[in-house]
Amino acid sequence: MAIETTSAGVAALSRPLRWGVLRRLSPGPTGVAWLFVTPFLVIFAVFTAVPAVMAVTLTMTDIGVADLRDPLGVNFVFLDNFQTVLTAPAFLRSALNTVIYVGIGVPVTMAIGFLLALALDSGIRRARPVFRAVIYLPVIANIVAAAIVWQYAFTLNGPINSFLADLGIAGPNWLGTPTTAMFVVLLLTIWRTTGTCMVLFLAGLQAVPEEVHEAASLDGAGYWRRVFQMTLPLLRPTTLLVTVLMSVMFLNIFDEPFLLTEGGPLGSTKSVAQWVYEQFGFGNISNAMTGSIVLLLGVLIVCVVQLRVLRPKQ
Amino acid sequence: MNRLHVVRASGLYLVLCLVSALMLLPFAWVVFGAFKTQGEFTANPGGWLPESFANLQNFVVLFTEEGFGGILVNSIIVSAVTVLANVLFCSMAGYALAKLPFRGRSLLMGCVLVAMTVPYVALFVPQFLIIVQLGLVNTLAGIIAPMLVMPLGVFIMRQFALSIPDELLEAARIDGAGEFGIFFRIFLPLLGPAIATVSIFTFLASWNFFLWPLVVAQTEDVFTLPVALAIASQQANTTVYGLLLAGAIVVLLPVLILFLFLQRYFIQGIATAGLK
Repeated sequence: MAIETTSAGVAALSRPLRWGVLRRLSPGPTGVAWLFVTPFLVIFAVFTAVPAVMAVTLTMTDIGVADLRDPLGVNFVFLDNFQTVLTAPAFLRSALNTVIYVGIGVPVTMAIGFLLALALDSGIRRARPVFRAVIYLPVIANIVAAAIVWQYAFTLNGPINSFLADLGIAGPNWLGTPTTAMFVVLLLTIWRTTGTCMVLFLAGLQAVPEEVHEAASLDGAGYWRRVFQMTLPLLRPTTLLVTVLMSVMFLNIFDEPFLLTEGGPLGSTKSVAQWVYEQFGFGNISNAMTGSIVLLLGVLIVCVVQLRVLRPKQ
Repeated sequence: MNRLHVVRASGLYLVLCLVSALMLLPFAWVVFGAFKTQGEFTANPGGWLPESFANLQNFVVLFTEEGFGGILVNSIIVSAVTVLANVLFCSMAGYALAKLPFRGRSLLMGCVLVAMTVPYVALFVPQFLIIVQLGLVNTLAGIIAPMLVMPLGVFIMRQFALSIPDELLEAARIDGAGEFGIFFRIFLPLLGPAIATVSIFTFLASWNFFLWPLVVAQTEDVFTLPVALAIASQQANTTVYGLLLAGAIVVLLPVLILFLFLQRYFIQGIATAGLK
C-alpha cells in the first residue's frame, strides 16, 4: 500500500518536476496561439488597421485641427479634397520633385549598387566583409546626424567649396540654388541607399551557380557579355525586389530634403511626404490625409506596373 | 593571363577603396568638426582637421548647457523598451504563426505582410489622431506604442520558427510539456540568432526614428536625440556646427559600435527582409 502510494506520488510528481508551473498554466495549442498573437493583433489594429480606415474616411471630410476637440464639427465633402489638392501648385511642384527623385535616384542607386556587388562578388574574397561593411555603414547612420554633416560640408565656405577653390573652381551656393540643392539631396540619398542595393544584389549573385559562369566562359563569352546575357537575366527576381523597394523608398522620401534644405529653396526640393507633413502642421488635416492617399495610390500604381513589366517570365 | 589577373584585381581594389573613402568621408567630417571651436569654424570654415582632438568643449556644453543628458536618457528608454517588447512579442507571434494550428492563421499572416508594406506617410496623421484620443501626446509612451510589435520582427521570427523541426516540439509534447513549457524551454533557447537580428533591427529603427517622435514630442523633456538634434540645427541662427557635430557623434556612436561587433546580424536582417 505504502509503496504503491509512493510510486503513484512519484509518477504524478515526475512531470510537474520536469515542466513545473508552466505545464499547469498552459491552455491548449489554440488558446496559446491566440494569446501569443494578441500583442501583435492589438498594435496592428490600433496603429495600422484603424488608421488605414480613418485615412480613407477622413479624406472625404473637411476635418481640421479644431475638430480634434469637437469631432461632430466634421462635414462630408466627398471628393472635393482631391480637387483642392490636385490643383494646388505647391502640391504639384512637390509631386514633380518626387518624380525627379524616383526617376534619377532609383536607377543611379541600383546601377552603383549592382556594380559594387559585382566587384565584391568577383575574386576579392578576403577583403569582401570589410568593403561590404564600409559601404553599408551609411544605411544605418542616423539621418539627422548625416544631414547635419552634409549641410556643413556644402555650406558656401565649407570643406567642399574650399577643396574646389584649391583646384581653382568657384563652387556654387549648393543648398541655396534650386538645381544644386536637388543635386545634393539626391547625392545624400544615394549615399544612404547604395549599401542596401549592394547587399541585396550580392546575396542574389552568390546564389548564381558557379557552373553557369564557367560554361559561358568556356563558350568564349567576355566578362561584360556574361554579365548582360547571363547574370542579369538570372538575377531578375532580385532586380524586381530591389526596384520595387527602392521606388517605394524614393516615393516616400521625407527625411533627406526636409533636414538638408527644409524643402527649399523656393520649394524646389520639397517632396510629397513633406507637403503632407506641412499641411498637417498647418492644421489642414483633410489636405494632409488626401495628399498621403494620393501618394499611396502613386506607390501602388508604380508597384503594380513594375511587378507586371519586370516579373520573370515562366 | 596571370599578369592580367593581377592588373584587374588591383584595379578592383583601387575602385573599391575610392568608393569606401567617399562613403567614409562624411563620418570623418563629423569627427573632425566635433573637436573644433567656434573660433576655428569662423576663422577657417573650409578647414579639415581640428587644432586639437583634446578639445572636449563641445561635448561639455552639450551635456551641461543643452540638456543632452536627459535627451540621451529618453532615447535609451525608448530603444530599450522597444527592443525588449519586440523580442518577446515578436517571438510569441512568430512562434504561433509558424508552429501552432489555429483558424485565421493565414489571415493574420496577411496582416503582417500588409503592415510591412503600408507606406508610413499614409499612416502617421491618423496615428497621431489616435494618440491624441489615447491621451499619449507628448509622452515617451506615445513615441514607443506603435513600435511595440514591429511586423518585420514578427516576420523574421516566423521565418526562423519555420526552420525548427516539428519533431523537436512533438517530442517535448509527448514528454508532457505544456504549450508554455515548449515555448519557453525549447523554443526560446534555440532562438539566439533570431533574437540578435530582431534586437538589432528594432534598436536601429527606434534609435534612428525621426518623423514619428518629431510629431509626438512637443517639449524638450520627451525629445529623443534625432528630434533634439534636428530642432537645434533648424533653430540655430549662426549655426554652431561644432555643437551640432558633437551631438551627431552622440547619436552615431552607439550604432557604429554595435555594427562593428554584430555586422553579420545586421546584414542578415537585411537579407531576410529586404528592408533597410
